[in-house]
Amino acid sequence: MYLPHTDSERQEMLAAIGVESLADLFSSIPAKYRFPTLNLPEALSEMEVQQTLAEYASDNENLQDLVCFLGAGAYNHYIPAAVDSILRRGEFYTAYTPYQPEVSQGTLQAIFDYQSLITALTGMEVSNASHYDGATAVAEAVTMAHAHFRGKRNRVVLSPALNPMYRATVRTYHAGSGIEFVGDETTQDPKSRPDELAQFIDSNTALVVVQYPDFFGRIFDLTELAKKTHEAGALFAVSTYPIALGMLKPPGEFDADIVTGEGQSLGIPLSFGGPYLGIFTTKKEYVRKMAGRLVGETVDNRGQRAYVLTLTAREQHIRREKATSNICSNQGLMVLAAAVYLSLLGKQGLKQVANLCYQKAHYAAKQITKVKGFKVWSPDPFFNEFAIQCPSNVENINEHLLEHGVLGGYDLGQDYPALHNHMLIAVTEMNSKEEIDYLVNVLKEASHD
Amino acid sequence: MTEPRLCELSVPGRVGFRFPAADVPSTDMPKDLLRTELPMPELSEMDVIRRYTHLSQLNHAIDIGFYPLGSCTMKYNPKINEETARYTGFTAVHPLQPIETVQGSLALMYELQEWLKEIGGFAGVSLQPAAGAHGELTGVLIIRAYHKDRGDSKRTKILIPDSAHGTNPASSAMSGLNVVEIKSDARGNVDLQALKAECDDTLAGLMLTNPNTLGLFDEHLEEVIELVHKAGGLVYGDGANMNALLGILKPGEVGIDVLHYNLHKTFSTPHGGGGPGSGPVGVREHLVDFLPAPIVGIIEEGTDEIPPLYGFITPAKTIGRVKAFHGHFGIMVRAYTYMLMHGANGLRQVAEHAVLNANYLLAKLRHAYHVPYDRICMHEFVAEGCWDDAPEVHALDIAKRLMDYHFHPPTNYFPLIVHEALMIEPTETESKQTLDAFIEAMLKIAEEAHQEPELLKTAPHITPVGRVDEVRAAKDLILACNVCPD
Repeated sequence: MYLPHTDSERQEMLAAIGVESLADLFSSIPAKYRFPTLNLPEALSEMEVQQTLAEYASDNENLQDLVCFLGAGAYNHYIPAAVDSILRRGEFYTAYTPYQPEVSQGTLQAIFDYQSLITALTGMEVSNASHYDGATAVAEAVTMAHAHFRGKRNRVVLSPALNPMYRATVRTYHAGSGIEFVGDETTQDPKSRPDELAQFIDSNTALVVVQYPDFFGRIFDLTELAKKTHEAGALFAVSTYPIALGMLKPPGEFDADIVTGEGQSLGIPLSFGGPYLGIFTTKKEYVRKMAGRLVGETVDNRGQRAYVLTLTAREQHIRREKATSNICSNQGLMVLAAAVYLSLLGKQGLKQVANLCYQKAHYAAKQITKVKGFKVWSPDPFFNEFAIQCPSNVENINEHLLEHGVLGGYDLGQDYPALHNHMLIAVTEMNSKEEIDYLVNVLKEASHD
Repeated sequence: MTEPRLCELSVPGRVGFRFPAADVPSTDMPKDLLRTELPMPELSEMDVIRRYTHLSQLNHAIDIGFYPLGSCTMKYNPKINEETARYTGFTAVHPLQPIETVQGSLALMYELQEWLKEIGGFAGVSLQPAAGAHGELTGVLIIRAYHKDRGDSKRTKILIPDSAHGTNPASSAMSGLNVVEIKSDARGNVDLQALKAECDDTLAGLMLTNPNTLGLFDEHLEEVIELVHKAGGLVYGDGANMNALLGILKPGEVGIDVLHYNLHKTFSTPHGGGGPGSGPVGVREHLVDFLPAPIVGIIEEGTDEIPPLYGFITPAKTIGRVKAFHGHFGIMVRAYTYMLMHGANGLRQVAEHAVLNANYLLAKLRHAYHVPYDRICMHEFVAEGCWDDAPEVHALDIAKRLMDYHFHPPTNYFPLIVHEALMIEPTETESKQTLDAFIEAMLKIAEEAHQEPELLKTAPHITPVGRVDEVRAAKDLILACNVCPD
């Protein structure tokens, strides 16, 4: 399929090469391994493929049929039609990394827009052109801090309220780097507040990582922890949820040195977990230690404003094994989605969506608390996600909810033994009051069972 | 010309998108945690659409023209892939839904794992890595974990030929291994003497790009693998060049222990202006237990009437997870769509025609451009972009001049072992007409280089911007601008 040559063209080309058959082109392959049988089905037509894939898709239950209160790092937000209309432009999605600026100004300026929008949203000075997701962005923050101290500080403090998948990813990445991770042991009280992490910070600490809003949805002023981190000479990193920043004080105001985040909420479909968008920002003074691609503004030889990948000498293809990261492909098209989403929503829209998430989540929390046996776990302020203590096993409650077409919250007992029977509920602008009331009613039934 | 900055378009008070009014009673917000300013642009929907449509028109792309970027496999991205990946049954699915509600996604991932196992000759595949370099990191972490598990902790050395992909050294260094470079011999193969000298009991493995970045299949592949295995090391295969090997050779059968695929190269998923990619990793039997978690498996066997129940499995000695959730599912849908469109024979034809097209270009260009390692190539080849009798012309000038002929330039200055390298990979989806037009342009440029070198030095002439001042970009470091008026 998609092969344009006719037989006569093929013959002409083989003759030009000076061989008789296609097989002659492969004489350098060891004969006993050459042309193995592929035990795979034969080709289907586009009509058949379309049908086959539609069947796979229909074997899923999707969020047009289920009422979703599941978050835990991926959120069901509305995606304005304009976003995908831009993403479907072949000029964007069939382009390569913009290494040749003269024929890539579109991609380059879109990345520059993204960098500008994300720095404005997070209150930071520079943003790179993305990492794979929120988890690998934190892993790269650890790498960056370790490199910043030239490997001489080998302790990293992780908040127990940092997404468990992020903490797992960080540990996988750094299995060979000799870094000691502290602060998030399962013996730690998950209810602890960020300030309590100060006890783990010492003169060997390279980085302190917290999440804002944290994994349980809670929001705290991080000024004091940032100050204590800096007093110990370490760097301070915050992993964030960009929609929340439509309302909340940006982490830059807490004097964070690195702000990362999962950008999926910015116009990117849930799509069973990816592709998403790893946000990575820092202060200008650390820009040379930051990994990833970076677009800068400059001029061309005609005196026009132009954009180009810059500070490339930091990157793997030039610095080879001395680079701080191996990242090459990033999330280019997801960066474009975020740029379009943020430009479109703008000042008003972002405030609105953040406000809707906040208001609806608080309404849900209040209503759920009225159900016998359920109570909100933490008194601290929260954004759009909150933990509730349930009268019984979360798995059973979720089964009951699913029977009624509701996708219940995340079972916190999976990661936090102390939070057995606790569920993390996420509410977004997609949840109507009617849906929330319905959830509450089904929970009532569950508590009677 | 480029487009105005966002702040130049933004008008205070303009609205691009409206949400419904709140339908719940209002709750007070924690005042001390609220932001005081939200410096975002204010644009209408049409402002936004025109801006990004105009920007798109400043790009070169596969949908516009030929893109012979070596090692990038810029093949046609079929439109059906974009349709299937957007089915609501795929896009509107949360990654943490109960497995009973996502059997479609899991079955697709399972099938994709099976196809990749069969294509590569592997016993296990993880779909989690997000890109090629991420797959490399995963593979090297697996190699490290394998030796550690056997108590063989002194194996910290990893060998990387000078003809390997650029990300290999950085991936190895990230995993804590020490990189030693191995040179190539005169025919572009791994130098066997140099390899032998490094094969000792500190060897963790070799990262082999084969076909290498010269586009050549290593003529001593079996010996190379045997040397490494005999010394107790493992062989990592960089599968970025798998487009040359589909149905031609199964890397696992020759003894490659672990390999990453690039779904965004070999299996036609779009490059998206720099991503998202997808870099699944395949391993032979002895490494299956180390794959990143989770992978998709069958939890309950099916019967004639009932399909199997798919779910997630954690391999016994897993290196852990390398990202959140399960990988770039949207990219997997596209790649699987592509595979179904091809089937076994179609995949082999892909490789055959990718190699045919590359050799055709090589045959037509070798008399005008010096090709330092000149033998039958695989899916790409490397020529020198310079001539002794045109001393002022460099590979960069040829690259820029090609833009005036509406072609994207080849990869240049890589691999580093070729002076003024031009690395050309046409892919199988290009027609003979396109290849002939490219040949004609390349021959014309070779002539111009000798007769009117200024034309090349000042190129490109017809692009939206001319050559850009990279030094100034790095010096001034303007990395963001205001997105709304002050």
